[in-house]
Amino acid sequence: MDENRHTRFLYTRRAVLETATATAALCTGLPQVALGADTVDAETAPTPVTVELQVNGRRHVLKLDPRTTLLDALREHLALTGSKKGCDHGQCGACTVLLDGRRINSCLTLAVMHDGQQITTIEGLANGETLHPVQAAFLAHDGFQCGYCTAGQICSAVGMLNESRTGTPSYVTENLAVAQPELTNAEIRERMSGNICRCAAYPNIVAAIRQASGGPS
Amino acid sequence: MKAFTYDRADSVVRAAAVSARPGAKVIAGGTNLLDLMKLQVETPTQLVDINRLPLDKIEDTAEGGLRIGATVRNSDLAADHRVRERYGVLSRALVAGASAQLRNKATTGGNLLQRTRCSYFYDVTKPCNKRNPGSGCSALGGFNRMHAVLGAGDQCIAANPSDMAVALRALDANVETVNAEGMVRVIPIAEFHRLPGKTPEIDTTLKAGEIITAVTLPPPPPGVQIYRKVRDRASYAFALVSVAAIVERSAGGIRSARLAFGGLAPKPWRVPQAEEALAGASVDARTFDAVATAVLEGARGYGSNDFKIPLTRRTLHAVLTQAAQT
Repeated sequence: MDENRHTRFLYTRRAVLETATATAALCTGLPQVALGADTVDAETAPTPVTVELQVNGRRHVLKLDPRTTLLDALREHLALTGSKKGCDHGQCGACTVLLDGRRINSCLTLAVMHDGQQITTIEGLANGETLHPVQAAFLAHDGFQCGYCTAGQICSAVGMLNESRTGTPSYVTENLAVAQPELTNAEIRERMSGNICRCAAYPNIVAAIRQASGGPS
Repeated sequence: MKAFTYDRADSVVRAAAVSARPGAKVIAGGTNLLDLMKLQVETPTQLVDINRLPLDKIEDTAEGGLRIGATVRNSDLAADHRVRERYGVLSRALVAGASAQLRNKATTGGNLLQRTRCSYFYDVTKPCNKRNPGSGCSALGGFNRMHAVLGAGDQCIAANPSDMAVALRALDANVETVNAEGMVRVIPIAEFHRLPGKTPEIDTTLKAGEIITAVTLPPPPPGVQIYRKVRDRASYAFALVSVAAIVERSAGGIRSARLAFGGLAPKPWRVPQAEEALAGASVDARTFDAVATAVLEGARGYGSNDFKIPLTRRTLHAVLTQAAQT
């Protein structure tokens, strides 16, 4: 158990040193439990597997317990704590990231399943100091209160806008034959229903996404 | 999560062979399996990842239908122009299920194999015949608001949670499988999910070491296609009742109809007598009542879910009225 924990800590440290976006808080070495890693049963810990992840344009090679979810790999091994662990069961959307450009719940998939694939987290959306349009719109419209769901909301909105542009229908799309349904407020709400905001900042989230979509705000 | 070894399958037949081993499970989207593994409802010792197998295509069939690969994502299937134009009920059912993030991951085969969302099945501290055969059914005398009113039994009253499967049932889809010897089997969707009987732990007729490779759709039947889902909130919730309807109208009424129901039973529910009662019938409340009575033949509530019986009747009225007006 001790050796396993030590090994994992080393990876975390190394990842911190390698990661340009590491925050000051992480450099102080938060204990792992504070970061909410899944409990690992040391007696039956299996052989680590090597996984190469392309995260925010950077290549990372990790040795992981096969049980490591993509979310835990990002948070615990790459110190990318922008993606949040809310429910850890795919119900809240706080862990939403983009996998090859498509939004997914990173808590409900294993890191090892994504060897070689491109992952974009909230840390990878801005272009240098220039915020992604969805990030800027959330600021402009005050699309949050406590902020815990925000990274997931923004990543989800980026994926959603792309789905909308490519014509993916939703439950409220009236005519399935229309190639690109208009992104009404009802469409935005339905398409964002996988992201829960317990502060209920929904009206401002919808307004922010509306602005980012290029529609009238 | 219990420890497991992870293997990426390099062929369907080899994946089938590995999946036949005790403790082995196939993983595709993983949205249900990993959820259950975190709770230790599922405790596989080996995972076989089939995501990189070439099972992700939607192809036209010679008969004028579609062949949908097992790992086609729910979102891609719902968005496919052929599905939107010719199998609207399937597209509608897919986007009625889960959230966009989950649909981007969840697969066609995995959707068919998802387990019930019965809260006692999920709670490993409670008796559940489906999770732990012989331990009893906590839902029978417990909170059973989401549970089945048709096809259940004294061993298990869990409902099948899928929307997609309800549409596939209305469309008379077939499930294609392969085993470790490379033998292909075609299972009509009507025979794919099973009723609990004395073995509620077995959800489907899939055999050990048999893997779903595709779902095939026959050419679309004539008529208007409708999927109506009634649930506790406007989005991202399982069905209390859902109806997949394909209704062909005639000058004076209805020529033929197919009706499949979700949220009511351990499998997508279809009643031939109800559809026969609609064939050649006029469009009026009396007809709809007779059809609802035929659908609900043998229905019984278990307390908290009694409301599903009148709710089904009303939902069916709404669907048939919509079909008559479209």
